[in-house]
Amino acid sequence: MSKILLEMQGIVKEFPGVKALDNVNLQVLDGEIHAIVGENGAGKSTLMNILSGTFPHDSYTGKIIFDGQECKFSEMRDSERLGIVFIHQELALVPTLSIAENMFLGNERGSYFNLNWDQTFSETIKCLAAAGLSESPHTLIKDIGVGKQQLVEIAKALAKKVRVLILDEPTASLNDNDSQKLLDLLKELQKGGMTSILISHKLTEVSQIADHITVIRDGTSIETLTRGVDDFSEPRIIRGMVGREMVDRFPKRESHPGEIGLEVKNWTVYHPLYTERKVCENVSINVRKGEVVGISGLMGAGRTELAMSIFGRSYGTKISGQLYINGKEVRLSNVQDAIANKLAYVTEDRKGCGLLLGSEIRSNATLANLGRISSRRGIIDKDREMQLAKVYTEMLSVKCSGIEQSVGTLSGGNQQKVLLAKWMFAEPDVLILDEPTRGIDVGAKYEIYTIINKLVANNKTVLMISSELPEILGMCDRIYVMGEGRIVGEFRREDASQEAIMTSILKAKTNDDASLSTTIAKGA
Amino acid sequence: MAQLKEILKRNTMLLILICVMILFEFLITSRSDGYSSLFKPTNITNLINQNGYVVILTCGMLLCILTGGNIDLSIGSIVALVGAIAGVFIVNWHLNIYLSIFLCLVAGLILGGWQAFWIAYMKIPPFIVTLSGMLAFRGFAWLILGGLTISSFPAAYSAYFNSFLNGADLGINTYLFTLGCAIVIALVVIAIAFNSRLKKIRKHYEVAPLWQALLSLVFGCFVIIATGNLLGQDKGVPVILILLAVVVLVYYFFTNNTVPGRRLYAMGGNEKAARLSGVNTDRLMFFVYTNMGFLSALAALICVARFDTANPSAGSNYELDAIGACFIGGASAYGGVGTIFGTIIGAIFMGVLNNGMSLLGMGADWQRTVKGLVLLAAVVFDVLSQKRKSAN
Repeated sequence: MSKILLEMQGIVKEFPGVKALDNVNLQVLDGEIHAIVGENGAGKSTLMNILSGTFPHDSYTGKIIFDGQECKFSEMRDSERLGIVFIHQELALVPTLSIAENMFLGNERGSYFNLNWDQTFSETIKCLAAAGLSESPHTLIKDIGVGKQQLVEIAKALAKKVRVLILDEPTASLNDNDSQKLLDLLKELQKGGMTSILISHKLTEVSQIADHITVIRDGTSIETLTRGVDDFSEPRIIRGMVGREMVDRFPKRESHPGEIGLEVKNWTVYHPLYTERKVCENVSINVRKGEVVGISGLMGAGRTELAMSIFGRSYGTKISGQLYINGKEVRLSNVQDAIANKLAYVTEDRKGCGLLLGSEIRSNATLANLGRISSRRGIIDKDREMQLAKVYTEMLSVKCSGIEQSVGTLSGGNQQKVLLAKWMFAEPDVLILDEPTRGIDVGAKYEIYTIINKLVANNKTVLMISSELPEILGMCDRIYVMGEGRIVGEFRREDASQEAIMTSILKAKTNDDASLSTTIAKGA
Repeated sequence: MAQLKEILKRNTMLLILICVMILFEFLITSRSDGYSSLFKPTNITNLINQNGYVVILTCGMLLCILTGGNIDLSIGSIVALVGAIAGVFIVNWHLNIYLSIFLCLVAGLILGGWQAFWIAYMKIPPFIVTLSGMLAFRGFAWLILGGLTISSFPAAYSAYFNSFLNGADLGINTYLFTLGCAIVIALVVIAIAFNSRLKKIRKHYEVAPLWQALLSLVFGCFVIIATGNLLGQDKGVPVILILLAVVVLVYYFFTNNTVPGRRLYAMGGNEKAARLSGVNTDRLMFFVYTNMGFLSALAALICVARFDTANPSAGSNYELDAIGACFIGGASAYGGVGTIFGTIIGAIFMGVLNNGMSLLGMGADWQRTVKGLVLLAAVVFDVLSQKRKSAN
């Protein structure tokens, strides 16, 4: 039994009007991987912000004991000095600087007025090797993928002589392959004696690598599960998170597919910058009215690119192929055309590309179809706008103080509902939902699924892109699998299973690698 | 009480403006013989005449800023260039006045459109394009005028921008006429407010509490009638005031009640989201900068009439006045936030500062220093109150 390295006792943190944390206790053993799980808004990030000193010591009550000493951090530097490093979900890297420059940003080698670049680069190489990343330290951050950027963050932490590494949703934007690499790395670093605190929504990962799991619900620590003692299964953890057994994670739906609502034939898209690179190749898919069809695949398989290129060519160049909506061939040259032809695309990036975070719910909800609330001359009927915005917020049961609340102050799940409301307000026949439940908690996910079911019950056509296999399996009538820009498999609900889909994805990958190596061989 | 606080918060700039006016009035009356005053009828007329151009330019500048904190540096030079063109057309070539006015406005559209093309469709940063315009248009104005000024515009021309409506044609005395106008306007405002409120209640829409509606109505009518009262004691209603009112109303309506107006806010709030919602952001950008050229031309016509000269160095620093007014009026430097009402308050604020300090006999040196610091203070205040709001 190793000793307790870090303890947080009776942490209470209040924001004006809300008690974000109420008596949270956390014990982290030396050299373990400790997972913290909880619904969105449960207080996980707040807790970690306290631990890292982002919230100074007089803004909360309770004790932090690290290595037997009580600590009072007033800024992040204080905690980092002790070796507590927090890697945020949004990576703190500067895209236009090199890996080495990023690595020692704020922790520069050499003196204040004279940087020691030789030392910087040689230490970077060492840290990169420890993090299992083989990239030149001169490579710019913007030229490497998100997976590698995540590793750079870890290497950066290693450079700070980290003892406790806090990772907030490190795999949220990684594909399964990269996620696995990251988890393996954590295991590897654990062997070297490093302690990690992992916040994650992906319960499979948590049960795979954690030694202890602390469950936080509504600002309070509910329980801590120990590997080998407690049950680490997903239903068990979910029960702790929501306080009840989630028997049905997906609402039931009778499926009655009608005629074909959306059809894409021989769709080929090239990359907007590297115009020689095919992002989608010869994709042919169809979705019927009253049907939910899923597209599964790894990150970078070309799913979002496919969807956006269909949606009024908002991505890619040299797009070729035919597109049929409700049986009629259409040519959509811009987003306006797409909306006019009853097509909607609900983005995966609700903050970056979906919502006006500073504006009210009202103006967000109506933005995609201002024509519906304005006269032919383009004058907005504000009364009608308020009325309709209210109808839609209530229809999707958005939890808010009213339609004038600013969207940025809503929780992730409610923001997602506003985003859906916005596109339902546009009255489309065909909806492409790109990761409709990314980063939202279990309860809100269920509500979103119910909304999707209502849409198809009203004879809408729904194409859903998702990286979560259980979601794809639970929601879709039919599933396409995409790999390297091509459709590599199609399953009916009855034939589909996680294993079958995963195999199909991986087979595509190996085929591709094989063909690539033969070309190289021929070239040589 | 909480509601009252909310109202005060929403109208902070207005309150500060009122405080500043009272402060100036106190300083001015206490140090002089009681002869000069901020609220002296002639001074109110002066205030309107001196600041007309700022209000007009500010309306256009707000649209630029809304797109994402973009500014237009060239407007002062456009004022000079269009003024020069007006001088050549009207004084040198004796063209028909209406035709000249029309051609000058078209010239503004072309100058604005030239910059808008590079900004919207060639994606050159607005700062650079308008900096280039600032230099080039000014140079062009010097070329046209050969470095000289053109003066003595025909009286018929000046009359369109520089005269007063005083009821002389109707045989009514100036004071009664002006006050009457103000009362009629106030009544119209009251009628519109009640009508829209009744309509909302009939349709069971949400309405603001009655006392709030009454408060703003009473305040609005007081300002209108008080202004009428003061102007009536001077020369009557300046034509320029009518022009200003029309411009302000048009842009108020545009930003508040039209589809492109709404899209402008969306674009500044999140350009990517706006584009994926079917907003043609390029076209909006083109419109906004072309519009700025148009309003600059309008401001040029006013300035030419006011000074009775076309001067190649006219309009210098006008862009800074307009930008300053927008930010003082609460526009966000990142775009997407700001109202016409706010920026008008900002423009009046700048005007009152200028005017008040002149009355106090402060030199240009102090005036600039104070204006600069006030601009910073306004934005700092805005940022801090935003921060407090988000912390709550």
